[in-house]
Amino acid sequence: MRAEIEAFFPRYPTKQAVTLPALHVVNEHLRCVPLRAIPEIARMLELAPAEIYDTLSFYGFFKASPCGKVRAWVCRSISCALRGGEEVLAGLSEKLGVAPGETTADGTITLEFGECLGLCDYAPAMLAGNRVYKNMSVEQVDDVAARLREQAEGTT
Amino acid sequence: MANFEPVLLANIQKPDSHTLAVYQAAGGYAALKKVLGGMSPTDVVELVKSSGLRGRGGAGFPCGMKWSFLPKDHPGPVYMCVNADESEPATFNNRILMELDPHQVIEGILIGCFATRASTAYIYVRYEYPTSFTRLEQAINECRAAGLVGKNILGSDFSLDIHLHRGAAAYICGEETGLIESLEGKRAWPRIKPPFPAIEGAFRKPTVVNNIETLANVPHIVNRGADWFKSMGVPSSGPKDPGSYGPKLYCISGHVNRPGCYELPLGITCRELIEQHGGGVWKGRKGKAAIPGGLSMGLFTEKEWDTPLDFAGPGKVGCLGLGTAAVTVMDETVSMIDFLHNACRFFAHESCGQCTPCREGTSWSERILTRIKHGKGRLKDLDILLSISGSMGIIPGTTICGLADGAAWPIKNAVNKFRDEFEDYIQRTNPAGYSQQEPAEALGLVELAH
Repeated sequence: MRAEIEAFFPRYPTKQAVTLPALHVVNEHLRCVPLRAIPEIARMLELAPAEIYDTLSFYGFFKASPCGKVRAWVCRSISCALRGGEEVLAGLSEKLGVAPGETTADGTITLEFGECLGLCDYAPAMLAGNRVYKNMSVEQVDDVAARLREQAEGTT
Repeated sequence: MANFEPVLLANIQKPDSHTLAVYQAAGGYAALKKVLGGMSPTDVVELVKSSGLRGRGGAGFPCGMKWSFLPKDHPGPVYMCVNADESEPATFNNRILMELDPHQVIEGILIGCFATRASTAYIYVRYEYPTSFTRLEQAINECRAAGLVGKNILGSDFSLDIHLHRGAAAYICGEETGLIESLEGKRAWPRIKPPFPAIEGAFRKPTVVNNIETLANVPHIVNRGADWFKSMGVPSSGPKDPGSYGPKLYCISGHVNRPGCYELPLGITCRELIEQHGGGVWKGRKGKAAIPGGLSMGLFTEKEWDTPLDFAGPGKVGCLGLGTAAVTVMDETVSMIDFLHNACRFFAHESCGQCTPCREGTSWSERILTRIKHGKGRLKDLDILLSISGSMGIIPGTTICGLADGAAWPIKNAVNKFRDEFEDYIQRTNPAGYSQQEPAEALGLVELAH
């Protein structure tokens, strides 16, 4: 991970600018940014740990304990909501047995609500990993959950 | 309008439209060659100025004028930040450009950086656009290998590095100084202006911030000229209106038969967009309302659908502006209470927390709407909502950036244009308490979660 983070240094005039890239590197490897990573990143970027944490905590994105193999964002903003996005989110939540923001007990899927994912032409939509689920409906929730589990199995 | 030939979307139907080979086969990078073959940075700025190109990211600021604010004798470095944080609800036109024609975007970046003497460009791509990120990465790599990005581009004195920077799911990073703070590794708190980014932007150096669609227009202006660009759109109506020229990518979503991104000359009416391009309101229903240009621009009633979607149009019926020209249609079954609750929840979630009127105003608006929705609303709440919406934002002068104005406009438009519906709902769902004047009971956390 250190080498991956250091590879960003030449791109920016300050080391602080590597904060978000570094957090993404850690997050991609560990599916979270544990608290113990913060002083290490701070040392690499020659910053106080509080500066890293200040930035990290601003974005609701980085979690302290691992997400599932697949993190699935169901859009709840207006264009998706008008076509049943909130019902799909509620249905998936029930099917997977977790509230938005939580990870299934087997550690495979983290369900999230998303704010406008820019997929309004496919509403209601979901982004899971790099995969887009388009034009979902509440009737398809079982199928979507099954596809998410399949996707998680294919993820290392 | 029938003869309109797509400009920005001309290539997207071709197989492998995202590759350098396909882009070049269609004449791609000819504009860059023209610029490097004999134009000066000032020539390019003047050309874009005379084209009337206005920023497509929401504010509509004239692009050439923005470029002209950068100091010409600065020792450098000068930076370009490309705003690909497209997060305005209902907006996805930048995604289409990045995924399906990334070289058009890169050619615009190259010409923009030449014009502003920028030596490094950072493309800030929102986290939610992984395909855009990959396509841009591939395109930049192709360009490096072909001598189109890097040192001494096409043998000229012009050098440019382009780097991608990935966001982390925060709407505020689309505000230009919030973007810069985020790029610098800090929380994305917008900066007080002045100084404007052109004087002191990223890393305290002169910086130009442009939207993806704005930049995608630039190669075409270089190739075909300012007069060609001005042949599309709506001319200036007076000294305060810089006009609305050129093609525009209109997004349409919500309750229509054919949601999508349609390229049309600026100035088409909302009704034409819905009926001729979006296939009309779905399920044979009647229309009730529409968002004119992203959620933060407010609300058109169905009667206002004949408003032209140019930079001046939506403001004439009380909306905030054209915004991103992303229309979301609501049919006759939609409750305006549900609409406004959704809008207020979005802005409460996305307020960065820096300015008190926005942080408190957005979250109280959400809580009041939640209470109304749950049958505990009072008529007085409507006045409180209007009071909140009138006191947060750049327009009343209480916040640093425009997020709060965007949060205020859906409230103002929904409550003022659909007041009867709100009053009826409150009286029907809270017959015992709708006229209560005393401070209202706070809702428990469980109710607020819904």
